[in-house]
Amino acid sequence: MSLLSISNLSLSIHGTQILERVSLSIEPGEIHGVIGESGSGKSMTAFSVMQLLPDGATCSGELRLDGQDVLHADEAALCAMRGERVGMVFQEPMTALNPLMTIGAQVAETVLIHENVSQAEAMRRAQDALERCELPADTFPMSRFPHELSGGQRQRVVIAMAIALRPKLLIADEPTTALDVTTQAEILSLIRKLVDEDGMGVMLITHDLAVVSGLADHITIMRNGVVVEQGEGATLYRDMTHPYTKALFAASSHQPDRTEAKADAALLRVENVTRSYALPRKAIFGAPKRFVAVDNVSFEIKRGESLGLVGESGCGKSTLTRAILGLEPLQGGVITLDGSPVLSGRQADLSVRRKMQVVFQDPYSSFNPRHKVGRLVAEPFYLLGRTATDEEIEVALTSVGLTPSDKVKYIHEFSGGQRQRIAIARALIIRPELIILDEAVSALDVSIRAQILDLLADLSKRFGLTYLFISHDLSVVRSITDRVLVMKAGKIVEEGATEDVFDTPHHPYTQALIDAVPKLPDLDGIDIGRS
Amino acid sequence: MRNLVLGIALTALFVLGALVSFVWTPYDHTVLEITNKLKPPNGDHWFGTDQYGRDILSMIMVGARTSIAVAIVAVGIGIGLGVPLGLTAAAWNGSVLDEIIMRSNDLIFAFPSLLIAIMITAVYGPSAFNAIIAIGIFNIPVFARVTRGAALSLWTRDYVLAARVSGKGAARISFEHILPNLMNLLIVQGTIQFSLGILAEAALSYVGLGAQPPTPSWGRMLAESQTLFMLAPHITLFPGFAILLTVLGLNLAGDGLRDLLDPKLRRVAR
Amino acid sequence: MLRYALKRLGSLLISLIVASLVIFFTLEVVPGDPASFMLGINAQPETLEALREELGLNATKAERYLSWVTGLVTGDLGISYTYRSPVSEIVAERLVISLPLALYALILTVVIAFPVGILAATKRGSLTDVAVMGGTQLGVAIPNFWFAMIMVLIFAINLRWFSAGGFPGWDAGFLVAIKALTVPAIALALPQASILARVMRSSLLDTLSEDYIRTSRAKGLTKRQALRRHALRNALIPVLTIIGLQLSFLLAGAIIIENVFFLPGLGRLVFQAISQRDLIVVESVVMLLVFAVIVVNFLVDLAYVWVDPRLKDRT
Repeated sequence: MSLLSISNLSLSIHGTQILERVSLSIEPGEIHGVIGESGSGKSMTAFSVMQLLPDGATCSGELRLDGQDVLHADEAALCAMRGERVGMVFQEPMTALNPLMTIGAQVAETVLIHENVSQAEAMRRAQDALERCELPADTFPMSRFPHELSGGQRQRVVIAMAIALRPKLLIADEPTTALDVTTQAEILSLIRKLVDEDGMGVMLITHDLAVVSGLADHITIMRNGVVVEQGEGATLYRDMTHPYTKALFAASSHQPDRTEAKADAALLRVENVTRSYALPRKAIFGAPKRFVAVDNVSFEIKRGESLGLVGESGCGKSTLTRAILGLEPLQGGVITLDGSPVLSGRQADLSVRRKMQVVFQDPYSSFNPRHKVGRLVAEPFYLLGRTATDEEIEVALTSVGLTPSDKVKYIHEFSGGQRQRIAIARALIIRPELIILDEAVSALDVSIRAQILDLLADLSKRFGLTYLFISHDLSVVRSITDRVLVMKAGKIVEEGATEDVFDTPHHPYTQALIDAVPKLPDLDGIDIGRS
Repeated sequence: MRNLVLGIALTALFVLGALVSFVWTPYDHTVLEITNKLKPPNGDHWFGTDQYGRDILSMIMVGARTSIAVAIVAVGIGIGLGVPLGLTAAAWNGSVLDEIIMRSNDLIFAFPSLLIAIMITAVYGPSAFNAIIAIGIFNIPVFARVTRGAALSLWTRDYVLAARVSGKGAARISFEHILPNLMNLLIVQGTIQFSLGILAEAALSYVGLGAQPPTPSWGRMLAESQTLFMLAPHITLFPGFAILLTVLGLNLAGDGLRDLLDPKLRRVAR
Repeated sequence: MLRYALKRLGSLLISLIVASLVIFFTLEVVPGDPASFMLGINAQPETLEALREELGLNATKAERYLSWVTGLVTGDLGISYTYRSPVSEIVAERLVISLPLALYALILTVVIAFPVGILAATKRGSLTDVAVMGGTQLGVAIPNFWFAMIMVLIFAINLRWFSAGGFPGWDAGFLVAIKALTVPAIALALPQASILARVMRSSLLDTLSEDYIRTSRAKGLTKRQALRRHALRNALIPVLTIIGLQLSFLLAGAIIIENVFFLPGLGRLVFQAISQRDLIVVESVVMLLVFAVIVVNFLVDLAYVWVDPRLKDRT
């Protein structure tokens, strides 16, 4: 008998069908990857197991955990099950913990709820669970509050809460999506270790094929609430039959068709740039400490080149981006674009700014919801001191694959991928020389991401654009850049041609970073088809 | 949605009453008819008469003018000064200017409108105008705070960064990108302050710091009824219900508008 | 924590100083001379001069402000123009009615609002919730002084449960005095309790949709346990702000309500003082109330730190 067996599970919320006849089973000691893009129903499958569904949800089919009928269990039985036999880990560690309670008390709560033990005993068991999740008491005392921990550390606390009672099943819903790549690798290996120690089953939900490859024993691929393909982790990549699986796989390792830049003149030159902030005073006397976000950084981008800048959150890459745009005052060094400094005094030089534009990460907050697309796209014309003509707006929209009539629509009428196209149109409209892509494809599903990368490669060819491609996602950077810079704690630690850096990294940090990236199995000799 | 309709209907009823009173009231509210005093509601006088024989319905209609006018102007003062201050504080967040604006706001907050009215009245004597100023001053920090809070979160949006990349300055961004996205919030807050303004005007007039005779006012009608309402409860009931229903209507309309304008809040509210 | 408290204490002092300046100089611009007002138009110049000297009206503005502020600190508020007795005595006599009334109302507000708000939030969408939302909507709209009159009409005149007003004094016994303040306190509290209950409900609903509530449910907590152990304390943070604001409304409201119940509190004092142009009394009462509001907000700020550990590091 399986640990978890789901058969023909259907779920509707307020009459909208979310899941349709989903079946999957998980054995003890097995990691089962559930993969899908947004809207595939993968998270709702997890919440169905916990029976923590939104109001108005109705399930049908069969769902058994360790023989127990979950769909027909009453609330008391479900409460007894949750935390005791199934633990759950969530995507967003920053908000998953109660900000007002110590981490020790929160982990101990799992024990106190299910077992009739003393407070002291519960705290001892909590300490135990935290140790197993590699948060030792001497460096992370249980009296810490969540805000004193990093995202990865908080995720360990959430995992400690979930495994404190050694449940038979652990559900992990995108447990590493919000984390940096090195932290992601640590959390994934922690989950592997816990499985090996306890023999529990794991349902690992993710949008990232690479995360589960090499980790999952079984894989289920979902799309629009339906299971499209299932198979062994080791062989699914070879044996996949469903066109969607193939398309997903192709998109994940997508290589846009691009030609390498041959130009040699430097367009952007960053010389010994330093940007530091005053920290809030800790002591009443003495000068406030300063935080150095960008520390004596120098590099240049050649005309027509695509340069990657990779680094984990907090490494200073966003500050550097704003500095290049002339939005940050500098404490040292100079940034020049085409020979002219981007700053004149403390103000940005707008005649220099004309030659660069930027595309941001979040397609949802990048546009004023009250303006129509035509006005949104034309905003950079303010730099030229005139308004855009209808023709210019239409050309910009068409060049990113939209239609001229889209200019009279509001932004909420577009999907995330379309919005990112509009963002690119906005960057393109005044024909800048340099476009800064700040995590521009990070928020997109893999199939949409592949399309946007193609578009960027195509535009660069057509308009001779220069890209500064900033990302935490190494595989994307690898696919679209000629050269790459690796940034850590405000410094550039490695620089070189993309292929060289990825194949033979020299700096230990670069090596760690590249090692941490989950990899898809080698595709050589497999026909995955292109759709 | 039901709330919105009911709220707008109630509000419209009193606004209409106030407007009609400019051209017609059942009786002249200034004419005293002592022989006809303290009559309970009847066919001639629907809401009865007061201790001087004046028609209460007519007085309520005319009194609505005072209440509505005071509240509207006071909200206007609050928006007119508070919103620019809040936008400024948010645009230069963390600067000395921000600090000065917010500290002054805190200070005004320490003076409830009644205290402001007491001070102004002590200097210039009581009047409807002074009531407007007192309530209006108190509205300034309310709007400044609401505006600053919401504007600060809008300033972190990428579209603001995009506008900065396009070379736009803080003032232009505040006007083009921040203010339009605050409109919903300001409409809702405006409705709330409007209803609070009507309550405050009634309270000030009740203690004699608001509209002075012969300007009719709901609050003063209640004050004048104070010694007699045991004999003739209707002279207290009708002006009170006028205040209650107007404020209720505005609050319902405010809640309804919030639900209508902000779909995110609506989901939470249900 | 201590650093934070000291910092807040510093800004509290600055607020008080600025408030005293605003109050003093607003009331200084008053036209007319209090001395001639008190003695009438036929007063002899010599008597007038003597009175001006006695009242300290001949000093410069700065001197008078300094002596007023020194008086505030030492408790010597000067001599009332009309009562001819120390302002501090008159005010203290009235304060023992107004302040207990406002505090009594605040306690009632919290005692009523918390359970009602929590009940509505937990039974969201139910008939109870609809009834609470409707009832509080009415409560928010009622002018408190009118509500007080209606209560007098029903309970004092028709049902004769209590007398219609007046205050026997604290010497008459604690319970007797409290009884006299009960109906005014209820009249003050119900509208504020309606507001607070609505805030409590919506804050709790916001908190209940937080991720950490879902986390706690995944641990096996029942809905009720999740509410009690995780949601309530988090929901309290915005509620505290409102309670702080409400005390200032209750103090102001107390001044108005005293009129309905013929309570000899600060309200009657200040309105008489206004009509008699006894500015020194007006000044002192306004300053006292502003002082109370500023101190309450200071305490609320400290309470935040007690509730929310994140503030300890941020400040």
